[in-house]
Amino acid sequence: MEKEIRDINFFVGNLPISEELLLNQSSNEIFSIESIDFLSDISNNLLKRPEVRDYPDVATFAFYCRRANINAIKKGYFTSSNFRIGRGIVFHITPGNVPVNFAYSLFVGLITGNINIVKVPSKNFEQVDIILRSINEVLNTKNYKSIFSNRLFIVKYDRDNNATSYFSNLSDVRIIWGGDNTIKEIRKSPIPPKSTEVTFSDRYSIAVINASAYINLENKRKLAQDFYNDTYLFDQNACTSPQAIYWIGSEVDVKKAQHEFWNLLQMILNEKKFELQPVISIDKLTTFYSQAITYGDISKENQQGNDIWRINNSSTHLDIESHRCSSGYFNEFVIQSLDELIPIINRRYQTLSYFGISKEQFKSWLSKSKPIGIDRFVPIGRTMDFSLVWDGFDLVNNLSRQVSII
Amino acid sequence: MDNSTVFELPEISLYSFDKNIKQDFFLNRMIELFKHHQNNCVEFKNMMQSIGFSDKNVSKVEDLPFLPVRLFKLFELFSVPRENVVKTMTSSGTSGQSVSKIFLDKNTSMNQTRILSRIVSSFLGGTRVPMIIIDCESTIKNRNYFSARAAGITGFSIFASKKMFALNDDMTLNIEGIKTFIEENPSRTILLFGFTFIVYQHFYSELLKHKNVLDLSNAVLIHGGGWKKLIDQAVDSNTFKAQLKSVCSITKVHDYYGMVEQTGSIHMECEAGFLHVSEYSDIIVRRTKDFSICKKGEQGVIQLLSLLPVSYPGHSILTEDIGSIYGEDDCSCGRKGKYFKIYGRLKNAELRGCSDTYGERNKRY
Repeated sequence: MEKEIRDINFFVGNLPISEELLLNQSSNEIFSIESIDFLSDISNNLLKRPEVRDYPDVATFAFYCRRANINAIKKGYFTSSNFRIGRGIVFHITPGNVPVNFAYSLFVGLITGNINIVKVPSKNFEQVDIILRSINEVLNTKNYKSIFSNRLFIVKYDRDNNATSYFSNLSDVRIIWGGDNTIKEIRKSPIPPKSTEVTFSDRYSIAVINASAYINLENKRKLAQDFYNDTYLFDQNACTSPQAIYWIGSEVDVKKAQHEFWNLLQMILNEKKFELQPVISIDKLTTFYSQAITYGDISKENQQGNDIWRINNSSTHLDIESHRCSSGYFNEFVIQSLDELIPIINRRYQTLSYFGISKEQFKSWLSKSKPIGIDRFVPIGRTMDFSLVWDGFDLVNNLSRQVSII
Repeated sequence: MDNSTVFELPEISLYSFDKNIKQDFFLNRMIELFKHHQNNCVEFKNMMQSIGFSDKNVSKVEDLPFLPVRLFKLFELFSVPRENVVKTMTSSGTSGQSVSKIFLDKNTSMNQTRILSRIVSSFLGGTRVPMIIIDCESTIKNRNYFSARAAGITGFSIFASKKMFALNDDMTLNIEGIKTFIEENPSRTILLFGFTFIVYQHFYSELLKHKNVLDLSNAVLIHGGGWKKLIDQAVDSNTFKAQLKSVCSITKVHDYYGMVEQTGSIHMECEAGFLHVSEYSDIIVRRTKDFSICKKGEQGVIQLLSLLPVSYPGHSILTEDIGSIYGEDDCSCGRKGKYFKIYGRLKNAELRGCSDTYGERNKRY
């Protein structure tokens, strides 16, 4: 085996002596006491670290792992005579540009009682280091070392390493975060016939704002801040970041709402001393002109500088998702009702973030109009919130097997 | 001005217009070119419409819009009937990368040759000279599909009374051949031409091993294509010149800056070490944060304007090169017009976020 795979950096665990050692271990029931203890100890360890203050994403993860939160989540899975245990070995391939994602993936893997092999981004991130330090510290307490011996591996290796194919061959579930190209590449390495795969492919997300509700909103600044968190915090390059904004309302109301909305956003960008990467200005111009060639009915709204590009579309476009950029490029549309979105929405649509529309409205619209896509409806500001249901997958159920006793 | 006049490029001086004369002359021609391309290239028309462009709002060259050069990789843009296209030039890209496609008709192609010839002659002294091409002959073999390197070599070959290729087809240096060529042409200015990196890697580096075998004190080297690979090796313009002089005694070395999107109206490096616009071209340096105009000496991204592109809308383009303007009309070499320097290229973006769609779609070079 040593011959087969090399140049793997083990942050947690060691290269197992034999495959059998891994394969012969049994899984635990979901939400086992050990896993909850372990995660809540990691939470406490993280929250005590002064360096976590500089990384809100790490702090959010630490909060997510609190005992109280896990117990609340647990309730949702123990309503019936549900007997679920981990599927076995879970191989997690986590995205290169979202530092804390690996930790959430591991969270699900642990809570479902599995043996976990987690590949962290090959790029260096302080957030990853902090969490790994915590995990290793906690592993040295109580009897975690023996509990997780040969059950927890956190690794880093280069793209061309054959470790991916080695780990894939062992896995009962393979989770791939990180887009179409990554998925295509990883799928060259087969998984065993009985194994399953959870993949997070490239997605497209939009926002819908009710113009008159916005005009009546007291704290418009807060909404601008929330929108900033949904977009610029991850360079508008997260799958959850809205690329197109659909305004519902009369032309007059929308104009008025847009004016305030974008000016407030610019104010927040200025306050945060947002610096656009120089080449992105040219990316935006290139994307815009490509779009102008394709549609012929668009115009650019004047904004201060290149931080925010607003593209005014005088009609809806079916392939609008192919005209996306990053770091602040927004296609805008005026619509009269959600139904105008039905022809546009396809399977790639993931998050619809909203303001000024009620949950009930979405529920009745969903059952009546049945859009082909969209996995989540979230208020603006919460698009990045992690949830155990992601892209329509219930991760707890996908990483565990239900055992029938009749 | 009707359409036919756009195709006629006036015979004017190269480096003698004062700022005001240049502005008037250049802006009028530019506006005609904008009209021509809007009328004859529907893609260009759509683009200008999308930004609400109207030449009525243009009072100076700085008011003119610009197309990012990457568009020429994404779309086939031309402003003449397709059947009039006689040559398609491509940017040099390594395999798998997308390349710019530039469509030339007879007229634009001829103007490119004409202006290139005038600009280079003004540095060479006018007459046709023996020419050593620092490249191998196989580079220009494929006549249908022009790479930038082939286009450069072919373009500059018009100055050759006779020519030789300094490199064998395996890119080794043919020192004996060069020696013979120099001996056959005593007391004549010899033109050396090549791409900067190839000159360094396959000419200078080889000569270094053989020290003092060539005497090119009577030669002029014109080179271009960019410094990226040399900057990686910490070789700047002064080092380059000093090193070349040390191996073959050459003293006249001129860099040139040009884009395949604006072949012909190139920018030559003068004796004082600055690149110069000619009467046929102009340069504007812009801030990336809002595309506003940089002050003299301030670094920004380069917009290039040229009167030559008629068969395709490449008359006003935004490059991804960084540079700055040092002055106008007052360079110590005596040439009028703006003079400038190029420092390199914009860095690729490093983005946060999980999507890898973005990177694929906007892959650069």
